[in-house]
Amino acid sequence: MSTVVKTPHEIHSEPAFDVHRIRRDFPILHQQVHGKPLVYLDNAATTQKPLAVIEAISDYYRHDNSNIHRGVHTLSERATEAYEKVRAAAQKFLNAASTKEIIFVRGTTEAINLVAQTYGRKNINSGDEVLITALEHHSNIVPWQLLCDEKGARLRVAPINDSGELLLDEFEKLLNPKTKIVAIGHLSNALGTINPVREIVRMAHARNIPVLVDGAQAAPRMQVDVQELDCDFYALSGHKLYGPTGIGILYGKMELLEAMPPYQGGGDMIASVTFEKTVYNRLPYKFEAGTPNIADTIGLGAAIEYLNSLGLEQIEQHEADLLNYATQAVGAIPGVRLVGTAKEKAGVLSFVMDEIHPHDIGTILDSEGIAVRTGHHCAQPVMQRFNIPATARASFGLYNTRQEIDALVAGIHKVQKVMG
Amino acid sequence: MSEQLRELYQEVILEHSKKPRNFRALETANHKAEGFNPLCGDHFTVYLDIKDGAISDIGFQGSGCAISKASASMMTQTLKGKTTDEAEGIFSKFHDLVTGQTSGSGEDLGKLAVFAGVSEFPLRVKCATLAWHALRAALQGEEQAVSTE
Repeated sequence: MSTVVKTPHEIHSEPAFDVHRIRRDFPILHQQVHGKPLVYLDNAATTQKPLAVIEAISDYYRHDNSNIHRGVHTLSERATEAYEKVRAAAQKFLNAASTKEIIFVRGTTEAINLVAQTYGRKNINSGDEVLITALEHHSNIVPWQLLCDEKGARLRVAPINDSGELLLDEFEKLLNPKTKIVAIGHLSNALGTINPVREIVRMAHARNIPVLVDGAQAAPRMQVDVQELDCDFYALSGHKLYGPTGIGILYGKMELLEAMPPYQGGGDMIASVTFEKTVYNRLPYKFEAGTPNIADTIGLGAAIEYLNSLGLEQIEQHEADLLNYATQAVGAIPGVRLVGTAKEKAGVLSFVMDEIHPHDIGTILDSEGIAVRTGHHCAQPVMQRFNIPATARASFGLYNTRQEIDALVAGIHKVQKVMG
Repeated sequence: MSEQLRELYQEVILEHSKKPRNFRALETANHKAEGFNPLCGDHFTVYLDIKDGAISDIGFQGSGCAISKASASMMTQTLKGKTTDEAEGIFSKFHDLVTGQTSGSGEDLGKLAVFAGVSEFPLRVKCATLAWHALRAALQGEEQAVSTE
């Protein structure tokens, strides 16, 4: 009889990223859908919330709820401190130079609209151009269209190749003296393509053009350093970052934010008001009119803390492993075609199936407990580029496992069986 | 496979989705309308040739999921030769069937009764009724495309 003696190393070593332990932090994952364990693969639409986030919100309402920046009483002081602590955490999370560069907004969409309606309305005139890419989400298209319509400016679109990669040469050719701002997604929600933001910023800055980055999909998936990227604006949503809905962040370089007119008028954004003249508050409050979404900001703070505790690098690695595994497994199924095969990719696996519409894929996968998104993913121009009406999209989060991808593969086989 | 799923994707529905009937633009059409589902990109055009208050010919074109395509196909089969009033009445009954607002199993709808299973999938009601909404717009002579949203 032999006994296996474990070395101390073996006893103490835990996997660097213990996804099964991490899953215990997310109460919602432990349920059955149609009698099957939930397999949540719709993280590009929204992510689930760890208990720490859920409790931070309810604790705030139980113990600290009060208006901020106003009262001298204890609760208001506590609420203000908790709110501003999140700003400091967000500054570190993005490596912004100052907390004054962190504006709390409702989400990425509002962040982009804010820039279009303030920086854009001030600096973009008739005949000017706004440059975006063919990969953009509607929320990084429509705010610029509205602005261009109002000003008589022109929206230019840099093309992509058949893999879903931005054609950088074509992009550079579109930069010209009329270009007043570049707005690009960091990571495509429809295809998963990671854009070479550093390179894009370098090209634009060489011509003194500022760059806004839509970071809704990138922020939860990779370490973002706005100073290293050198972008001028960076927008993200809390709810895609394992935080609550209704809260997001606009990062902006201080000198740009200082020069921009306010977005909305109201309380908190003013220093003094008379009927003759209003003096606007200093940054970042100039852009935070009215009582903000305090509770969800605090929830976002808990999400950032949670992500920091796991490590963005580890999350990135874990999701890269999932994407590789899924790309091989799903890509190998006859009759399935992957849409978006960029070399630099993360988090998103879009696919179509011969003769089977994505809606039918979605319904049948749901009957197996598997949640995927089907449709155009708010990126209709991307669908048009590939000449398809829609795709099915599996998008991964930090709590997904290889077993769940096995379930997806089995689900796809079932789709083929049902649809004959 | 779950019973509900089997009900939804019945053989006859799959067969129509793969080989849709009257899947063509009508050159003789005197009414036509488009229907969109902006959330999923489904898009159909319904063509009608109406003579003396009756649908003498009907066709459709476009793309969509199995449910929307089969529904469009079976709609054209059912409605050929019906008066416009009868067509409206059938849509109304069909709508009740797929939204589960009827106590019966849709026997009076003939072959269309196979869509009863849709009522278990509320998110798919729009698929099943897309072509029908376009039909109604065409009957009413609306020129603007109808949208499910």
